[in-house]
Amino acid sequence: MSDAGGPTGARLPDEEMTRDAEFTSRARRGVLRSVWHDPMGRSGLIMLFIVLFVIMIGPLIFPFDSQSFGTSAASILQPPSRAHWMGTTELGQDVFRQFLVGGRISLYVGLSATLIAIVLGAGLGLVSGYYAGWRDTMLMRVTDFFLVLPTLPLIIVLAALFGQSILVTSLVIGLTSWPQTARIIRSQVLSLRERPLIQRVRSLGAGDLRIMRKHILPNVAPLIFANLALVLSGAVLAQAALAFLGLGDPVQVSWGTTLHNAFNSGAMSEGAWWYVLTPGVGIVVMVLAFSLVGHSLDRVLNPMLRGER
Amino acid sequence: MSLRYLAKKLFTLAVTLYVTVSFNFLLFHVLPGNPVQLLARSGHFDPAARAQLVKLFGLDHPLIVQYFIYLKDMVHGNLGFSYVYRQPVTTVLGGAIGNTVLLVGTATLVTIVVGIWLGVVAASRAHSLSDATITVTSLGLWSMPDFFTGMILIFICGVWTHILPISGLVTPGLVTGTWGHLVDVARHLILPALTLTLVNAAEFSLISRNTLVDVMVEDYMLTARAKGLSRRRIIWRHALRNATLPIVTATALYVGMILGGAIQVETVFSWPGMGLLIYNSVVQRDYPVLEAAFLIFAIAVIATNFISDLLYQVLDPRVRRA
Repeated sequence: MSDAGGPTGARLPDEEMTRDAEFTSRARRGVLRSVWHDPMGRSGLIMLFIVLFVIMIGPLIFPFDSQSFGTSAASILQPPSRAHWMGTTELGQDVFRQFLVGGRISLYVGLSATLIAIVLGAGLGLVSGYYAGWRDTMLMRVTDFFLVLPTLPLIIVLAALFGQSILVTSLVIGLTSWPQTARIIRSQVLSLRERPLIQRVRSLGAGDLRIMRKHILPNVAPLIFANLALVLSGAVLAQAALAFLGLGDPVQVSWGTTLHNAFNSGAMSEGAWWYVLTPGVGIVVMVLAFSLVGHSLDRVLNPMLRGER
Repeated sequence: MSLRYLAKKLFTLAVTLYVTVSFNFLLFHVLPGNPVQLLARSGHFDPAARAQLVKLFGLDHPLIVQYFIYLKDMVHGNLGFSYVYRQPVTTVLGGAIGNTVLLVGTATLVTIVVGIWLGVVAASRAHSLSDATITVTSLGLWSMPDFFTGMILIFICGVWTHILPISGLVTPGLVTGTWGHLVDVARHLILPALTLTLVNAAEFSLISRNTLVDVMVEDYMLTARAKGLSRRRIIWRHALRNATLPIVTATALYVGMILGGAIQVETVFSWPGMGLLIYNSVVQRDYPVLEAAFLIFAIAVIATNFISDLLYQVLDPRVRRA
């Protein structure tokens, strides 16, 4: 640390840092409140709560036995009844119970893929925006290349090459969903690094890692969260498409896999709407909940970020 | 547009294409578990047959030599031989490309027109009830996987009522003249194109709405209103014109999304295009076809982005004059 600033000079940034920290924590609480007061955000949060409740608690009350098949022709593709709330599959299995378990798989793959994508995207965006220069140029070239590649076809190719377990599916979706995040975070970091606070902390001798962790990351965190919700809704959609195309885990039956089975068993021409609508509506509600929250967060944060700059 | 700019863009295009082709080689020929090696290592061959396969695919050469053979084949338009159809991949793809262009082209056109129109309606009454309705409906439609939207349309138009054909390109066994054939194809096109349009127009309208709302607060919009121009004229002539650039960029990004949607929609409606081919080659593990189809999709998206970049230059008067 340099002594040039003297004691008073050194205290100034400290004060500013505390003020800065207070600002972010206050702003964060404000963000949650604003999302709740936004009709879009509130309906998203409520839907999200319902979905989570149903797929976390549901299977405990209505366990699904994957080995219980229909034993007679009269038990297959049955419309909703008191015994089977959402009818039965072509194997005579209970659609509703399968639906409850399937939601967990869809959410699990979506969450782990999103985690990979966000860590990669935010990390690359942070490094790229902070260092600028040749590192930035190189990383952004790579990012732009992946941004241009058609995502779903790439995911399909990777899944076809590397297998169908939920682990591979999560990896494949995660490793292809980061470029947008990297771009967004980078542009925010680019503007943050020019702020006087960062310049002063740097002049006090703080290392790059410390600046990134202590001063830049907290400031882009809300942006990362808004992006997380949107990436998550995309990941759930991508998983559903993969599973529908027969690239899902055949053992861990997600909502997409149920739709794959329904489509390929001829349930459509039998008019078995309950078999298609149940998992389909599940996907739509889950994706819609995440994207409502994401869009609402975005709406709340964007003017705020604009004001900060 | 300056020549220098064009040259720079062309150079970037060439590099991107080269990287894409190499990336494809990496995926299908280098990474562990790649199909060519798997095939040659499969346990069901006698040593002589395996030696022949290894020679056929050039696996006895070092990777770098394989790479140059691969590049040479690309330049010659040799995309390999389909395991399933027992025909050159180019022949297999040739029959499918036209059908996908027809489907994706129709869907893209309708998406742009409907998306912009809805965006204009929403933006001109920003923060009103119809704006909120359009926004929420768009988000809802966007949240539907393409294949699920297609399945619902099949129930509505093909299972419960029999308004429209739900599968294939033509009615099998139908004998008519040229006009009758065209009508038949058009009828088969409606549902898959509608599916693609519903999902994509939804998000497209959100983008054009947001772009327009940003434009509406500019000073020149106030000037236009002060001049006493009609609301309609302000929006369609002044606002939309200034929102063109972001919309053009968005369109280019959309082609990638629509192609991804086409794989699902062609599968659901058995539309004999590249998407159905990709689905079938995944199911049947027909890797040469999958590899070539992915490459063509990637090149299509890269080309669209290139064109939109050039268009951007032509449309933006500030750049044009420079």
